Amino acid sequence: MTKKEAIDKINYFLAEEFEIPESSITPEAVLKDTLDLDSLDYVDLVVVIESNFDFKVQPGDFQNIITFQNFYDYVTGKIGLNDDDKR
Amino acid sequence: MENRVVITGIGIYSCIGKNLSEVTESLKRGKSGIVLSPERKDYGYRSGLTGYVERPNLKGILDRRSRIMLPEQGEFAYMATAEALKTAMLDTAYIASHETGILYGNDSTAKPVINSVDIIREKRNTMMVGSGSVFQTMNSTVTMNLATIFKLKGINFTVSGACASGSHAIGLGYLMIKHGYQDCVICGGAQEVNLYSMGSFDALGAFSAREDEPSKASRPFDRSRDGLIPSGGAATVIIESLEHAQKRGAPLLGEILGYGFSSNGDHISNPTADGPKRALEQVIKQSGLLPADVDYINAHATSTIAGDSAEARALYSVFGDKCPWVSSTKSMTGHECWMAGASEIVYSVLMMQNNFIAPNINFENPDEDSKKLKIVTELKEQEIDIFISNSFGFGGTNSALAVKKIKNK
Repeated sequence: MTKKEAIDKINYFLAEEFEIPESSITPEAVLKDTLDLDSLDYVDLVVVIESNFDFKVQPGDFQNIITFQNFYDYVTGKIGLNDDDKR
Repeated sequence: MENRVVITGIGIYSCIGKNLSEVTESLKRGKSGIVLSPERKDYGYRSGLTGYVERPNLKGILDRRSRIMLPEQGEFAYMATAEALKTAMLDTAYIASHETGILYGNDSTAKPVINSVDIIREKRNTMMVGSGSVFQTMNSTVTMNLATIFKLKGINFTVSGACASGSHAIGLGYLMIKHGYQDCVICGGAQEVNLYSMGSFDALGAFSAREDEPSKASRPFDRSRDGLIPSGGAATVIIESLEHAQKRGAPLLGEILGYGFSSNGDHISNPTADGPKRALEQVIKQSGLLPADVDYINAHATSTIAGDSAEARALYSVFGDKCPWVSSTKSMTGHECWMAGASEIVYSVLMMQNNFIAPNINFENPDEDSKKLKIVTELKEQEIDIFISNSFGFGGTNSALAVKKIKNK
């Protein structure tokens, strides 16, 4: 999987789960505001991550995630895709 | 000072119709909502008979957060309550500024419990059940969800009284209003119909095995009855003090005269005639009635051999040879269990409003007990001034509600 493919997949499942148009997702947009997340929704965020990618989310992982770019970096970092990865 | 308590709104979502208008037609036509479910047979049910209730599609009506917390019976209850609020002319603005409560009957939520345990067993990770699961798996799921969706600020809890849950919920709401603790309470009952909901009940062999004729399987009081048919949906009954209802110009659909209740103090599942008799005597006395004042009894009769006989004996012992007209709408709907006590108030109010008695379909031959009752077998045009609705449940819980038509609005 390339980083672009991973980002496309993330955008798709976030739009599906949180019922927002995929077009409202941009790298700079604030995740919490765009997805309209309340405290309960973070549980569902964990579910969609762990259902789509093979790693376990740890408590506190979301503390530094503000934008979608932060979120992409977090997920792609966890699955071993870095900026130079062109696979 | 005691308040008079009136019904101002009703709503229904059931196997014989998804709204009041459809249900009125079905009641008049004697339409059965019973089907044979191949899924239940595949799953090992002794009887695959069930009431068929389609799940409503609430996408576009409720937001994602509300929907993921609602189990099937919560969806049914939402539909019934939305209709009842409309009937009662209660809107969100009024509810926001006037304390409104909710007391709803529900006594299981099998599917969400099983689904969540399956996920935890497989994943060994509780978080994978998602955020909606806990709110679906609790027995109070209906009241916690509806109170949130409709922004209710009054009393708020679930009543679990087996197959009398819905009736007790209305009875408790009646007491709350009668004694001045609340002005307006949304009451009702909800019942799930999914594959998992009735497995352990089926295990008792209490369900009809007449699978070749689903619409003829539920035959309360008939000599050849062989068991009940589980069913479900939801029914909502909005009740208010007469003063509160009149002040806001609400429709007055009937007055609740009394709430009789009792416990058999006996076997957990075997019915008795004495327990129901005491509930009936209590509601008649409390309502200031004589047995002869009652025009119609909506019987609990579920189509089981023992239960229908016990109720017939109880009715005869209270009313004697002057028995009012009797029918069991479960002949059409099957046994709506936790919902039944509320739905049967809705069915009876519809009959009262439209001057008819719905038939006890499939009643062809009486037995020794039911031959003493005046059972309505075909649609009967009949003005109903006062009716009583009976509801009984496991553990020997009994409830009887008396309702009177309000003539001078």
